[in-house]
Amino acid sequence: MSGLVVIGASYAGVQASLTARDSGYAERITIVADENSLPYQRPPLSKGFLLDLESEESLILRDAGFFEKKGIDLVLGTRALEIDTRSRKVLLSGSSELAFDKLVIATGSHARQLPINGADLDGVCYLRSLHDAVDLKARLHDASEIVVIGGGFIGLEVAASATKLGKKVTILESASRLLERAVSPVVSEFLLDMHTQNGVDVLLEETAVSIEGRNGRVAAVLCGNNRRIPADIVLIGIGGLPNDQLAKSADLKCTNGIVVDDHGRSSVSNIFATGDCTSHYNVFAREWLRLESVQNAQDQAKAAGLAIAGDTGPYESVPRFWSDQYDAKLQIVGISRNFDSQVVRGSIENGKFSVFYYRLGRLIAVDSINRSGDQMAARRLIAGGISPSQEEVADLSFDFKSLLKAANSAGA
Amino acid sequence: MAHIKFVQRDGTESVIEAGSGASVMLAAVRNGITGIEGECGGCLDCATCHVYVDEEQLSHLPAPKEDELELLGAVTATRKPSSRLSCQLKAPFPVDPLTVYVPETET
Ligand SMILES: Cc1cc2nc3c(=O)[nH]c(=O)nc-3n(C[C@H](O)[C@H](O)[C@H](O)COP(=O)(O)OP(=O)(O)OC[C@H]3O[C@@H](n4cnc5c(N)ncnc54)[C@H](O)[C@@H]3O)c2cc1C
Ligand code: FES
Repeated sequence: MSGLVVIGASYAGVQASLTARDSGYAERITIVADENSLPYQRPPLSKGFLLDLESEESLILRDAGFFEKKGIDLVLGTRALEIDTRSRKVLLSGSSELAFDKLVIATGSHARQLPINGADLDGVCYLRSLHDAVDLKARLHDASEIVVIGGGFIGLEVAASATKLGKKVTILESASRLLERAVSPVVSEFLLDMHTQNGVDVLLEETAVSIEGRNGRVAAVLCGNNRRIPADIVLIGIGGLPNDQLAKSADLKCTNGIVVDDHGRSSVSNIFATGDCTSHYNVFAREWLRLESVQNAQDQAKAAGLAIAGDTGPYESVPRFWSDQYDAKLQIVGISRNFDSQVVRGSIENGKFSVFYYRLGRLIAVDSINRSGDQMAARRLIAGGISPSQEEVADLSFDFKSLLKAANSAGA
Repeated sequence: MAHIKFVQRDGTESVIEAGSGASVMLAAVRNGITGIEGECGGCLDCATCHVYVDEEQLSHLPAPKEDELELLGAVTATRKPSSRLSCQLKAPFPVDPLTVYVPETET
């Protein structure tokens, strides 16, 4: 009676457990979580939570009674230290162990650290967990000048929230544009304008060389060109790295995350992995990817949960991501890398537009600002392999529903 | 405490209590009401929290904002005048219980 053990109680771990249970897995299920709180939502941590629009209470995704009802044991505040694949045991903090028939590793990712002088000063922050967010929020209360190192999603969202709270914000980004790895230049430029108009100093092609302190606390960031920017808080958001240490030491195959197939299965057949900690071959991008998104964590976990219950259903959802900054909702579907042409639908000046990306005439991705209707349509278009013509996309009166209907009846 | 009555397509009803500030979507997800997924956690990204509000109660609720309307324009289930995204309906409600109908499955 050893059943299923799941390591990590966020989107991926919880979804894998629920899908397994709801699909008929009748053995014992135990989720081990190193954090002490009930599973909570991470995206609002950099947005609504910092702005006091969401409380700790409102972030909780499932309550204890829910797990009880599903017959899932939730062990909080306990860390998995080691996996023994041969005797099928997980060693836990507090020197207990749990035996398993099947295991899911859903350990997520951690913030990449910036190895410069002063990075250990009080007031240098990263943002991954509720704990980090509570700390950052308290510090923001008393701070007036914030330097954000990294113009990625977390950096830009914190910059927007801190600005809304009336703080002076400077963003340092070493690349020549914002969100370089995720969006095309059109969207980067829109974001740059938006942050600048809101009073943020965005310094592109600028690196932080060291952080200066006073009495052990952050005082300023020293840049590559010797410029010195005063700061009460330095927020570092330079990307995430997979939590694959446990898997590596158990000799599971890892390359930029735990390598899994389209059922979330690792190189050891009774061990699954899902979410931020994994790397999978993505059929839409046609390459190996590690995605850090709620969508990936949940959909991949559904595929793993099904496989655990002895059912099948591969993971083949179109990648999706969203971000909120000021009043702009940025939504992304598909992977736009390697596009060879693009069309804009809507008005960039009015802050309501979508960029449709094509490769060899095939629609591969769409970024939208405040046009969620386009996103919803684009998800179905890309999933169905349907490519509207560039003229149709540019024509605001063209309704994608006609294409979707035509494809549905052709398929029926 | 505010109450929400969820009515499934087969007529099954469940009444759930929601604390102040909690949305209809959160109450549904935390209590495992089928047919309401809330994939994006209320960030207006997914529309998997679509419900029909009881028509008599509808006018008592605050009207949807522009971004909610935009997303409602693209729901997969039938859109009705009573369609709302349940993540945007937060307790306390002006009516008790607030009655919502779960649409056919959204994909
Ligand atoms: C501030 C912030 C904003 C975000 N905004 C968005 C957004 O707008 N849209 C979006 O799609 N995504 C967003 N993301 C990303 C999204 O939150 C992640 O992709 C998602 O949480 C991944 O889920 P996961 O279950 O794979 O991992 P995680 O959520 O990282 O959870 C892993 C869990 O496992 C625990 N764990 C790790 N090791 C062990 C161990 N050895 N033993 C026990 N437990 C362990 C961790 O403590 C953690 O609780 C954001 C993330 C952050 C931090
Ligand atoms: S929960 Fe995603 S839009 Fe309501």
